[in-house]
Amino acid sequence: MNKVGIPRGLFYYYYGDFWKDFFDSLNITYVISPNTNKDIIDKGEKLANDEMCLSLKTYLGHIEYLKDKCDYILVPRISNFKNNNQTCTNFWAVYDIAKNLFENKILNYNIDLEKHQTLKKGLYKIGKELNKNKYQIKKAYKYAYIKEKKRIKKNHIINLNKLKSKNLKILIVSHPYNLYDEMIGKDILNYLIKNEVTLIYSDKFDSKITNNLSKELSKDLYFKYSKDNLGSIIYCKDKIDGVIFISSFPCAPDSLANELAMRKINIPYLNLVIDDTSSFTGIETRLESFLDMLGGIK
Amino acid sequence: MKIAFPQMGDYYVPANYLLSHIFPNVKVIKAPKITNKTVEIGTKYSPEFVCTPFKYTLGTMIECLEEKADILIQMGGGCRYGYYAEVQEKIIKDIGYECTIINLVTEGVTRFKRINKLLKIINPKYSKIKALYYSFITFKMVKYMDEIDNYIRENIGFEIKKGTFESLKKEMLIEFSHIKRYKELKQTYKKYLNKFHKIKIHKPDNRIKIGIIGELYTIMEPFSNYFLEKQLAKHHIEIKRFTNVHYLLFEKAKKTKKYKKYAKEYFKYNMGADASDNIARCKYLCENDYDGIIHIKSSFCTPEIGAMPIINKIASTYQKPVLFFSFDTTTSETGIKTRLEAFYDMLEMRKNK
Repeated sequence: MNKVGIPRGLFYYYYGDFWKDFFDSLNITYVISPNTNKDIIDKGEKLANDEMCLSLKTYLGHIEYLKDKCDYILVPRISNFKNNNQTCTNFWAVYDIAKNLFENKILNYNIDLEKHQTLKKGLYKIGKELNKNKYQIKKAYKYAYIKEKKRIKKNHIINLNKLKSKNLKILIVSHPYNLYDEMIGKDILNYLIKNEVTLIYSDKFDSKITNNLSKELSKDLYFKYSKDNLGSIIYCKDKIDGVIFISSFPCAPDSLANELAMRKINIPYLNLVIDDTSSFTGIETRLESFLDMLGGIK
Repeated sequence: MKIAFPQMGDYYVPANYLLSHIFPNVKVIKAPKITNKTVEIGTKYSPEFVCTPFKYTLGTMIECLEEKADILIQMGGGCRYGYYAEVQEKIIKDIGYECTIINLVTEGVTRFKRINKLLKIINPKYSKIKALYYSFITFKMVKYMDEIDNYIRENIGFEIKKGTFESLKKEMLIEFSHIKRYKELKQTYKKYLNKFHKIKIHKPDNRIKIGIIGELYTIMEPFSNYFLEKQLAKHHIEIKRFTNVHYLLFEKAKKTKKYKKYAKEYFKYNMGADASDNIARCKYLCENDYDGIIHIKSSFCTPEIGAMPIINKIASTYQKPVLFFSFDTTTSETGIKTRLEAFYDMLEMRKNK
């Protein structure tokens, strides 16, 4: 029996639902690691270097959790999306790190559009490795692709509708693997929702639009996900009351891109850098005063 | 009009040579040597968790601006290095200086059309033929400098009269900066190569050999690695270093493929900047008779952090000692010295076994 393990970190937040649909349609059983908890972070920290970013540490922790619960572990690699759209170098390296740290079989595909390595090709490769025939893979890919498209469209509409709300509106600028992670961003989101703030997420805009808009803030930026984030600030700069930057310590693209954005925008902003030792009480105080300030302006 | 550029090692000589010959009417400011004050200024204005070369280069840029530079030149790289220029420009303008920053390389890719466009900012009527000729000479100069540096590195620990290598190198650099034609350069190079070979050295057979690998800026700028190579030379150690400007400009594209084949059991993909090269180099050092490996990087250098677990694994399979240094602006020099001494003692004990 082929059981695929999917670590809940980094790539999962971009392609997780897609993979689920794909494997469902192929009748492959999979296991997803649970939401990040203290135990997983500790596991990751033991494996990782001190200076690795918190997101990568947790990712390694997730792989460690899955180590003896499945036959294969899915660790892709994403390099670039053409036209000055590369990803963080951790995304380039994570497959090789995992390969060297763990002895499990690893399912891997590479997205490198400059060398014509697409998601479709990658998933075909994975399907073949799991002994499925071409026809089955084609069907599964189509099924997953259509579903994914619908889901993205729905997210766009929800996000755009939120911009019309009359509550306090805050744009959250962050990478989804930090934002929706139980230990990194979840507490912050919950706190804001509890205080009746309408949250707009930078990753839920149409990246075709936001990617181009980012040029208004930064001409030379070549990190795809940072570009999307900065573009979203430009997209809704007149409709929001504040921006909150959330990044994990020490994120490489964010350290420069967010710094530039903060220097250029004239919207009130709050910069939160989440460390593995940072406590939520400290963050809560900062959030509270930020909300107070925004309320005062309104 | 005055041009300046952040300095790195001894490479200010060729860079200065190139700029002053392409733009004879423009004054080139030689960036002051990096000191603690430079680092302090750089750290003050830098973002919190940016990698250390950002702080060093920003510091020198501000010091150059204090000397009334109008145009600053910055280079790029394969990681976030390529994005330095834009952020640094914004920071410098926020402080209140007026200047233009020219970024020659973005994403590690050099495009001649772009460079032409950028050079026109400095002088719209610059001569392209002259520029090509002098850049040819400059690149050759870099090559010769790197070759001589490699020789020095292997032998400086064993010189009989202390300081001969260093003073001869200084002499050579001064002569290099006054060269007019390519032929002259070649002759000078040969002359000095002979002189270097004639310096008396005492090389014992059981000497300790160390390979230095790591992140490119920290390796090439001696101040940022706290003069590591000098410290090692004091202990009579032969040093092997791979990264230099000639490698980055001309050899990297070819060598990367070779490295990939050579160390294919350890990595499959390029890991950004020099990380995957360093993994292959580590394997090379382990397979040849080097006694130890020193891996240096500036703190928060993401590609190298990714390479570190793999380097560790290689070293443990081959049973070779590795010393990791992560240099920050607040690293204490005594701490480094102590660790180096302990490493050196350990190597010697292994050798005598």
